[in-house]
Amino acid sequence: MADRQQQRQRQRQGAPSPGFERVGRSRLMDGLRAYRLIAWMWVRSTMAYRASFAMTLLGNFAGTALDFVAILLMFSRVDELGGYGLGEVAFLYGLSSAAFGLTDLALGSMDRLGGRVRDGTLDTLLVRPAPVLAQVAADRFALRRLGRITQGLLVLGYALTVVDIAWTPVKVLLMPVMLVSGAAIFGAVFVAGGAFQFVAQDASQVQNSFTYGGTTLLQYPPTVFAKELVRGVTFVLPLAFVNWLPALYVLGLPYPLDLPQWVAFLPPLVAAGCCALSGLAWRAGLRSYRSTGS
Amino acid sequence: MDTDTSDSGITTGTDGRDGALIRLDRVEKVFDVRRKTGFLRRERRRVRAVDSISFTVSRGEMVGYIGPNGAGKSTTIKMLTGILTPSGGHLRVAGIDPSRERTRLAQRIGVVFGQRTTLWWDLPLVDSYRLMHRMYRIPDARYAENLDRCVELLELGDLLDVPVRQLSLGQRMRGDIAAALLHDPEVLYLDEPTIGLDVVSKVRVREFLRDLNAERGTTVLLTTHDLSDIEQLCRRVMVIDHGRLMYDGPLTGLHEVGESERTLVVDLERELPPIDVGSARVVKVEGPRQWLAFPAAQSAAPLVARIAAAYPLVDLSVREPDIEAVISRMYAGKTTS
Repeated sequence: MADRQQQRQRQRQGAPSPGFERVGRSRLMDGLRAYRLIAWMWVRSTMAYRASFAMTLLGNFAGTALDFVAILLMFSRVDELGGYGLGEVAFLYGLSSAAFGLTDLALGSMDRLGGRVRDGTLDTLLVRPAPVLAQVAADRFALRRLGRITQGLLVLGYALTVVDIAWTPVKVLLMPVMLVSGAAIFGAVFVAGGAFQFVAQDASQVQNSFTYGGTTLLQYPPTVFAKELVRGVTFVLPLAFVNWLPALYVLGLPYPLDLPQWVAFLPPLVAAGCCALSGLAWRAGLRSYRSTGS
Repeated sequence: MDTDTSDSGITTGTDGRDGALIRLDRVEKVFDVRRKTGFLRRERRRVRAVDSISFTVSRGEMVGYIGPNGAGKSTTIKMLTGILTPSGGHLRVAGIDPSRERTRLAQRIGVVFGQRTTLWWDLPLVDSYRLMHRMYRIPDARYAENLDRCVELLELGDLLDVPVRQLSLGQRMRGDIAAALLHDPEVLYLDEPTIGLDVVSKVRVREFLRDLNAERGTTVLLTTHDLSDIEQLCRRVMVIDHGRLMYDGPLTGLHEVGESERTLVVDLERELPPIDVGSARVVKVEGPRQWLAFPAAQSAAPLVARIAAAYPLVDLSVREPDIEAVISRMYAGKTTS
């Protein structure tokens, strides 16, 4: 009996599955790969209803477009807002909207995590050989969210044509850095919000108030807000680094707070810090889920 | 914490030292449950969902894991699959510590949650399998071979191109089982695999599992409410209640321990006094229909023959004891003796 078992064991070990076991592959690559696979499945699922997809894409674009129309209407009555002209507000708006749009496209369904914890479907992700964060991030991946990015980039393009910027090579370089860092800062907020939902499963609206609320805040000049709020989004939840500080440097306008010039170049560092912190929060959240099960 | 490095998940061996594929040693899971007692007041209570459970499952075994709702069944399964971290004790599946190496373990186990499909709702069934193919990095030849086998045995051929949302519950369950097996798992966990299925689908699922176990040597651990699943599939059954292992052994033994009874429902031509045939006792009479209880371990055939010989019999049916009844009797037996 024991012999037979050993034999079977040997047979199993003797027939290894090439490429089957994961050997020293980095978790990041694993995560990105799983993300790509799952996102693609969602894209194909959406394409099962083509007409519906076309309509939501259009609706998404129109919805965000109307959002900017509100600002245009405001400027038809006033010439400036908190000392900023239409072009300058459009510059802030476009940057914030495009950066947020990128994050929304990549991680937009993190707020569904609480629901998954509640109905137990998170467990089905935990038995897959892929990082849970990647699987949750790719959940309900929706190309319709391209609508917001498109709108943001259009507004930004408009701003660049109307605002007179004294371009330097550094400023040109800062533009893409700002977009990517901004998206990463928003991403950290999404992930931290997701982590919070492990503890408070009905907190998706709390998360939305920071993400969607945050981007709306950044679409307006910092000068229209109370100093305390501006300080809060600079030093506590560093959303000001998404566009306010670097954008004001590009525009050549004074910072809302008394800060040295070089803070405009901090966004990549701030983004890295935020991502590290939110990664830790995510791990803590997942660990707490796995020790409580609810 | 566990400091036993010699048997940690890093070892490459498939099994534990003695060939056990699954090994639990005094495994515990304690939850802090917070309950609302007032508008803002909350009460904290410790719940031992799993209370010092030890067992081993050898490669190739097929084990039924049963117990009433809230007994700790799914908590155990969740610890075995790496979803939950145990609060105490020692746990190994295929030599791996599930909670520490969740993704490595995932390559070697298959999980089917009876009520939660993992298939892609809006896509053809085969698309879900293609995702498994890539996510589990299954070699192409192996994937093709496994898929063919599952398609043939689970009769999925006509369903591969059908969007999952159009499948019936039974078809979807078969589809889910196939999805869990494409990467050649050594252990298959099934959580209520036959719940809500019609008779034909149940039979097909059971046949498939029996073949899988016999031919591929896949170890199967299943939880169920349906005693006939266990009867037809598992030689070994474990009963858990209040987080403790109450019984571990063959099903027949469970009936003996639980002194469970089956019920024979007899329809007579007319109202008659309670049937008297010795080994069975009448528990209820309602017009021409009578309910007789007899020991579950005993065959119903001689009893039926005796009744048919002595009474004007119109119709009859046998009811199996349900698990809840068996367990509650077992409990009663333990506490009175």
